[in-house]
Amino acid sequence: MKKISKAKIDELFKAISAKETLYIPVDDSEGQAAFIPYAEGLKMSEDLNTVRSAKDLFFPQVESLVNFKMDGKHIEIIDAATEKKPFVIFGVRACDARSFDILDRVFYYAEPKDSFYIERRDKSTVVTLACNAPEETCFCGAFGIDPAEPAGDVSAWQDGESFFFKANTEKGEALLAGLPLEDAADDAADKVKEDIRKITAMLPLKDLDLSKFGPGKTQELFNDPAWATLSESCLGCGTCTFVCPTCQCFDIRDFDGGKEIRRYRCWDSCMYSDFTQMSAGQPRPTQKERFRQRFMHKLVYYPDMHEGLFSCVGCGRCLRKCPIHMNIVKVIKTIGEEK
Amino acid sequence: MQAVIKKKAIELLESGTVNRVLGWKAGEFFYDLTPAVFTTPEQIEKDFVYSVFSGANMSKYLIDESKKEGKVAAFIKPCDGYSFVQLQKEHRIVRENIYAVGLACDGMCDMREIREAGIKGVTSVEEDGETLKIGTIYGEKTMAKKDALLERCVHCKSKKVVDCDEMIGENGEENRDCGRFDEVEKLEAMSPDERFAFWRSQLSRCIRCNACREVCPACSCVKCVFDNPNSGIAQKAAASDFEENNFHIIRAFHVAGRCTDCGECSRVCPEHIPLHLLNRKFIKDMNELYGFYQAGADFESKPPVMNYTTGDAEPSIVYARGGDK
Repeated sequence: MKKISKAKIDELFKAISAKETLYIPVDDSEGQAAFIPYAEGLKMSEDLNTVRSAKDLFFPQVESLVNFKMDGKHIEIIDAATEKKPFVIFGVRACDARSFDILDRVFYYAEPKDSFYIERRDKSTVVTLACNAPEETCFCGAFGIDPAEPAGDVSAWQDGESFFFKANTEKGEALLAGLPLEDAADDAADKVKEDIRKITAMLPLKDLDLSKFGPGKTQELFNDPAWATLSESCLGCGTCTFVCPTCQCFDIRDFDGGKEIRRYRCWDSCMYSDFTQMSAGQPRPTQKERFRQRFMHKLVYYPDMHEGLFSCVGCGRCLRKCPIHMNIVKVIKTIGEEK
Repeated sequence: MQAVIKKKAIELLESGTVNRVLGWKAGEFFYDLTPAVFTTPEQIEKDFVYSVFSGANMSKYLIDESKKEGKVAAFIKPCDGYSFVQLQKEHRIVRENIYAVGLACDGMCDMREIREAGIKGVTSVEEDGETLKIGTIYGEKTMAKKDALLERCVHCKSKKVVDCDEMIGENGEENRDCGRFDEVEKLEAMSPDERFAFWRSQLSRCIRCNACREVCPACSCVKCVFDNPNSGIAQKAAASDFEENNFHIIRAFHVAGRCTDCGECSRVCPEHIPLHLLNRKFIKDMNELYGFYQAGADFESKPPVMNYTTGDAEPSIVYARGGDK
């Protein structure tokens, strides 16, 4: 294990950013935390989590795919992909780190492979940070995630004086090898871990029961009458999907500038009225079907396709951000309790 | 207050005055209330909550609810009441199908303010006079209620419920001196470049979740132009970041004269963009150019931008008011 005094964290950030772009969570003028490239003078946010998740760095909200230039009858096709540079993300929480596994199964390993996503994943080094102060909205434990032992290429912990680092992969070792760090005992972060686990044992959502969900539950849950009441006041906005670290749906659109067309992809939301709309019509005509889709995907369809892995990580962003406070926990409890 | 409201809701159901009640339903925590329709006294006993976290403006739900079979009871706070009247003026809700109970209100709290004050892991809250005693997994904290108020309550423009069938608590008065234009004045005092930079920075956070539009009682179009794929403008993230900026400006134009300044857009924005300032700028301009106007304050008046009078400002006014170009 390695360590650095907290007073020297800027030295560490400078050393990393001298070689590669370093993303750290930073508060903006309104106190909203986001991962942005480190520059001297920036301070790491003290918030537990960023508003948008760390998935943005691999799967950005908008991305150009290809451009077309028209000149008379001649159409020039321009590849919009740019070569990605290696980068480091510092301060990813355990929940967001798990979300990368979930997205990898869709974009990295499954066919067709997503070259944009793969290139970013390959060129990134993820430094996670244990959660010293989990919030009431946290329920990562329900998915077997331990906020005291976050995954990633490097895991980090902090106490009052120091940051501690442990490399988990070759990429992680390579990163740590070039940094101004001191050696620390292997058990140096154990006290921090112990303190975190004392808190996770007190979290109000720690006993969330997922036993009614998972592979093979489609028939049983699809026509549950609770979907109608749960979705009753859903506004049909896309907040939950856009702050979600595991939502992965996108749309491909053309922006027609007259002589030039830009083909881009952007995040889509199953909450929107034109999501998966076909020439034959809309297979999910009301908010009830759209709402059901979102939660069935996370709790049943995705686990069906991926060895029982749920595509929720319990980060709690939807609990905090939904304008009407409807969320996956209420769905799990309502449908779970009635069965 | 909650006990009185619940009693009233049950009484309305049991007497057959209404067959359902629109209200706030208890969540996992004390603050995460969800708008819901209650159909039995048992449901109301169990889950109906009215607290300082009942901020959600329910008027927009009445567009659909008032078109269903039978009467629905609705509890209307003063600021919600302006939306309630405005929607009636726009013939969007069927008043005969609603039993409206006005609620006196002294301000609603915002979890975001509580969290931003550094109070994390909240599990309970208790009102102790002007103080909120907040239980957290990290011990008990206290905060002045006035520091936890929603922005719209800090600058409360009115305590008057314009239209209701009965009141719970005493009906209040408008307060035109509420300081709600102070922030707009600060923006007006900026140079055009500074103002441009301010809005570009604020709107750059927009994720196009459309929560502001979906929650807005003035955004009641059956199908929004942004939801029409053939319109050439995108509902989701757009090709250029300026399109996002444009979305909010177009929306502010579209609701100008009909926006009651209920503040829901800013309350729900997951990125904490002060969207209400766009609307307030329009309201302030209209007040200055056409005389004071409050959307939803009565059933007769016409919004200044939809009503021609010979005394109207000439279009050239933009040169006088446009700042240095």
